[in-house]
Amino acid sequence: MTHYRFHILCCGGTGCKASNSAGIVRKFEAVLKEKNINDVQVITTGCFGFCEKGPIVKILPDNTFYVQVKEEDVENIINEHIIKGRKVERLLYTDPKANAHISDSKHMGFYKKQMRVALRNCGFINPEDIREYIARDGYAALGKVLSEMTPEQAIEEMKKSGLRGRGGAGFPTGKKWELARTLVPNAEQKYVICNADEGDPGAFMDRSILEGDPHSIIEAMAICGYCIGATKGLVYIRAEYPLAIRRLQIAIDQAREYGLLGKDIMGTGFEFDIELRYGAGAFVCGEETALIHSMEGQRGEPTIKPPFPAVKGYNGMPSNVNNVETFANVPVIYLKGADWFSKIGTEKSKGTKVFALAGKINNVGLIEVPMGTTLREIIYEIGGGIKGGKKFKAVQTGGPSGGCLTEKHLDTPVDYESLAAAKSIMGSGGMIVMDEDNCMVSIAKFYLDFTVDESCGKCTPCRVGNKRMNEILDKIIKGNGTMEDLDTLKNLANVIKDTALCGLGQTAPNPVISTLDNFYDEYLAHVKDKKCPAGQCKDLLSYVINPEKCIGCTACARKCPVNAITGVVKQPQTIDQEKCIKCGTCIDTCKFGAISKQ
Amino acid sequence: MAVKSLADLKKMSSEFKNTVSLRENGDNVDSLIQIKVAMATCGIASGAKEVMDFYLEELDKQGIKAVVTQTGCMGYCYAEPTIEVKLPGKDPIVFGHVNVEKASEILEKYIKNGELVEGIIPVNYETVK
Repeated sequence: MTHYRFHILCCGGTGCKASNSAGIVRKFEAVLKEKNINDVQVITTGCFGFCEKGPIVKILPDNTFYVQVKEEDVENIINEHIIKGRKVERLLYTDPKANAHISDSKHMGFYKKQMRVALRNCGFINPEDIREYIARDGYAALGKVLSEMTPEQAIEEMKKSGLRGRGGAGFPTGKKWELARTLVPNAEQKYVICNADEGDPGAFMDRSILEGDPHSIIEAMAICGYCIGATKGLVYIRAEYPLAIRRLQIAIDQAREYGLLGKDIMGTGFEFDIELRYGAGAFVCGEETALIHSMEGQRGEPTIKPPFPAVKGYNGMPSNVNNVETFANVPVIYLKGADWFSKIGTEKSKGTKVFALAGKINNVGLIEVPMGTTLREIIYEIGGGIKGGKKFKAVQTGGPSGGCLTEKHLDTPVDYESLAAAKSIMGSGGMIVMDEDNCMVSIAKFYLDFTVDESCGKCTPCRVGNKRMNEILDKIIKGNGTMEDLDTLKNLANVIKDTALCGLGQTAPNPVISTLDNFYDEYLAHVKDKKCPAGQCKDLLSYVINPEKCIGCTACARKCPVNAITGVVKQPQTIDQEKCIKCGTCIDTCKFGAISKQ
Repeated sequence: MAVKSLADLKKMSSEFKNTVSLRENGDNVDSLIQIKVAMATCGIASGAKEVMDFYLEELDKQGIKAVVTQTGCMGYCYAEPTIEVKLPGKDPIVFGHVNVEKASEILEKYIKNGELVEGIIPVNYETVK
């Protein structure tokens, strides 16, 4: 067999694919062939996490990390790095603090604080090749559980590990499995359901796991099936994740071919198989009862619990629903032991958590940190701080069901209890960073817009209540808000929280409540002074020309799309506020800093 | 290609191991034996490629975990092919005039037993990390 000198890993996640990583792979293969180099292997992997600087190309064994690679760079990398052994400096990551190139990814601030458990194979193996997963001890956990443990022992091990649901609510996974096994002991069929209906705006943890390491989910679902006594697994995945669907389907086919799904798995008599069910991308279908109804072909609407899915789930049969990231942790727990896993993290939150870091932050990407890491470490050390050196204002966790945390919360350790104590939630792992230019009233409105759109309309508090809150926020943003509106907003929020039917409705007011709590001044400024401190609400600001600085070049007047700027050449110009649409073109055009927002 | 038992899976796992071992080794490079072969024009012309291939095959055959990489010219063009060997926790040592025969001697004596062999070039550089 050939001995490879180099492995060239190219990121094949959705982010890097969108910037032509597939073209880069083809080019590498073509150039290597043309130069008759046959001891170098090119591998398409899952997401490396450093999406900010994609497409990523990593060369091993020397751990060289190339960023923002283009097809034109391929020939250069082969000529210099592969043939002559010289790193291509210009493509290396530049550390912004030291302003120096870093070639080894292990020395990058982005990776130093991370610990990859759920993402252990992402950006490392070829997700479309089961052999690579098996070489990384894949399916060994399933084999161990099937041949060496009883279902009860396996559940006990899971309980001991302390793993909690990574979809956001944090229910102990072992406990959930135990309920699914014991509540209805003689069910004619049980189901293992994987919730891959990732719906938070800006979140892509589950997608990246499915794209980068689909076999880990298959293995974990089979283990869960053995534990609860199910022979069928279903993955509910949104149709807008085509790459994840394709890779998962390839993985399922390969697992069947290797006898790791199907009848008599590894000679133990255990039978398990998995099918995919596509969702249409409705946020509410991430709620387990709505998800089950959607899979049954009903409307994706939640129903009151109890009965819990563990008693009456898919097709009326006992079902166990876990999120993708929860499943991704399962094989490692059985391989390395519950004791190993429970040493990571904090007292009540064990293990690690994957976050999709987005917003006004330097290193946008996918990260995984031990529970208990502080927000400050995540934002400043891993995330590299705020873009453009601006001031940090807030960080939103938990998506539309979560809350905004401020400067004073930065030293909060990230775990289920601490985030709840700070009035936000862990959520599924979206983390959006905001700077001084973000108006918090508008942020609250953004999330409420989302939930109003996504509300299924079944219960009144959510359907009507959230709509009314949204209207009040709109009124405030337009400068017509009153102090009474702020009180109404608070009351409504509390009523909706207490009375809505499902998680979506109950948590929808959270962004409003947390911004009211933490940024009350900003609401006051909108209502009382009719000003938007961040300068984002168009109706509350006006563009003015400083006559001292304006030299009358009329550049702005020529660029203004509505001809709102008038004046004599070489004399200070003026803006007609009636006509002005506040597009900001004039500010960008003026070379003398004479125009400002007030 | 069906996996019939856990033992079967384990066998298969070790068979496939070498598909990813290069990557795994690269991930823990500090705890492994590292061999750098100077592969500039001068090195290649004096047979560095054969030395590299020798190490890749022999280390794999003997089951020794090591990372073999190539570098550019180390500056000792008079002594090509040159290699740098770094055992975990030790300073790197550069050997000159390494043909396949010499490479084998280095492997048997220095890499396996820590015994120094003839042909060491005193290092007069520092590597910037």
